[in-house]
Amino acid sequence: MANKIIYATYDDDMVLLEGAKKLVAKGIHINDVFSPFPIHGIDPVIGIKQTRLAICGFIYGLIGLSLALYGMYYFMIYDWPMNIGGKPIDYFYQNIPAFVPISFEFTVLLAAHGMALTYFIRNWTLPGIKARNPYPYTTNDKFVMEIHPEDSDVSIEELTKQLNETGSIKVEER
Amino acid sequence: MHQEAAIREPLVLGEKTYGQITDDVLAPVVGKASRSWWIVFGISLVMALWGIGCILHLLGTGIGTWGLNKTVGWAWDITNFVWWVGIGHAGTLISAVLLLFRQKWRMAINRSAEAMTIFAVMMAAVWPAIHMGRIWLAYFVFPLPNQFGSLWVNFNSPLLWDVFAISTYFSVSLVFWYIGLIPDFATIRDKVTQAVPKKIYSLLSFGWTGNAKAWNRFEEISLVLAGLATPLVFSVHSIVSMDFATSVIPGWHTTIFPPYFVSGAVFSGFAMVLTLLIIMRKVMNLESYITIKHIEYMNIVIIVTGSIVGVAYLTELFISWYSGVEYESYAFINRATGPYWWAYWAMMTCNVISPQVFWFKKLRTNIMFTFFMSIVVNIGMWFERFVIIVTSLHRDYLPSSWTMFHPTYVDIGCFIGTIGIFFVLFLLFARFFPVLPLNELKTILKSSGEQYKKIDE
Repeated sequence: MANKIIYATYDDDMVLLEGAKKLVAKGIHINDVFSPFPIHGIDPVIGIKQTRLAICGFIYGLIGLSLALYGMYYFMIYDWPMNIGGKPIDYFYQNIPAFVPISFEFTVLLAAHGMALTYFIRNWTLPGIKARNPYPYTTNDKFVMEIHPEDSDVSIEELTKQLNETGSIKVEER
Repeated sequence: MHQEAAIREPLVLGEKTYGQITDDVLAPVVGKASRSWWIVFGISLVMALWGIGCILHLLGTGIGTWGLNKTVGWAWDITNFVWWVGIGHAGTLISAVLLLFRQKWRMAINRSAEAMTIFAVMMAAVWPAIHMGRIWLAYFVFPLPNQFGSLWVNFNSPLLWDVFAISTYFSVSLVFWYIGLIPDFATIRDKVTQAVPKKIYSLLSFGWTGNAKAWNRFEEISLVLAGLATPLVFSVHSIVSMDFATSVIPGWHTTIFPPYFVSGAVFSGFAMVLTLLIIMRKVMNLESYITIKHIEYMNIVIIVTGSIVGVAYLTELFISWYSGVEYESYAFINRATGPYWWAYWAMMTCNVISPQVFWFKKLRTNIMFTFFMSIVVNIGMWFERFVIIVTSLHRDYLPSSWTMFHPTYVDIGCFIGTIGIFFVLFLLFARFFPVLPLNELKTILKSSGEQYKKIDE
């Protein structure tokens, strides 16, 4: 068996989800699922862990907050204190209320853009990258399961039979 | 699967399948532009070109070509700036705040509302930039290392907060919008057959594949960006209002400004969304997706925010008397009865009185009437900013410098120009981009689609 990959197409997300549950219960490992929209509930079935993107976002936000506070301390208190209408300029803590808006904006700026960049790199979606979905219809109205038979120790014939039983409309090996 | 009560009205009308949603939404992208599209595009382009001409004349000659004078130093420029920023608030409110509240009706309108936001914020940013006069020195607003004796920008000033707020708001909204667009660009990429469009959409889609892990990350980033964008929406217009509220001008120096400006922004933003979508659903045959129910929901938001704005107007008026500050009282008496009384009463009629008619269900579900009202609100909200800015300035402390503001053709031309550029961008969006979020609409088809609701009953 020279590393064949089986692609099973479904025309309904719920049929695929039920089918995936049955196959996994029989010990078949589903490598990936391609769909035109998120299928809710598929992740735990095929063993996909919740992403840690939000934790990254939090860290980027903290970096943004510290940079903003340090920058304003440096510009306004340390490097060149400016007396503007007698507003306090001697100590950082006296000036903090006026620094709240920019601290907030900069936190959001870094959190959002940092997360977006991480998201693009982790998904490997960047300009000029070729799409890897097996069929063009997976971005329109069909749902495809990708199974590597050698991972679950099952013959292609047996797998095809099982996939057809779950309601797949097309099973193809590549 | 998520179940929805049968009595709740469906959000997707007719017997639709996943494939049909794709076909319906992508029809204008795949097909040819209609004649009405070309006509509207042509008019907008002429307006845009005239505006660009006026802006170039302004930059070449100086802001003396505007009708500003010694007393009225801010007039149409900042009026237009605040008007556009306000319009730019609906998109992120719809996509972020309504996402956090799990309001599914936002899905038919969020994509175009966000596009509108981005274009409106771009038009807003034009105004502070050109009102500087010497636009080539605009980089002075950023804290850049320099050789003017370490001259830094003033971080205590709301004008600088505005620089950070607007640029953060613009760039975060853009990223949020684009991340949602990527899977839909992938749909177009896999759908079109001609070589050049396929290449362009495949570049735009960043090689999106739509595997399970990518969708997992997609949902996470959408949620977190919505969480970040929600306070951002409120902060941006609060900061815009502080440009006025922190200066010691009677009529500006009020603590009510931040909430009053934010609700005014949402009010005007929803009006603009209605203006655009009522035309778009008709021209692009999207009546099954942008239904009367959606229009009704938006009209309800208009009543709520319009009423908040009304309460703010009256509170402001009451406090000007109750404060006992005679300059403050005069500013308001002058607004209502002085030479600019017509602007004040236009604002009051358009923003406070007229939206109250939406309490009648017959009127808020009437498309033609809603369209008319959305224009009225847009005009009213422009007058609100004009009233705040010009009537507070034109009679200052020294009666000998009292004056009126008269716009020149350059004032008018620049304003018409930004409207033109805005519509050019929006029409290009409607022609080449997926105007409804395909991937999100498909997720609600089974819970909120009409034929699935019938099966459940």
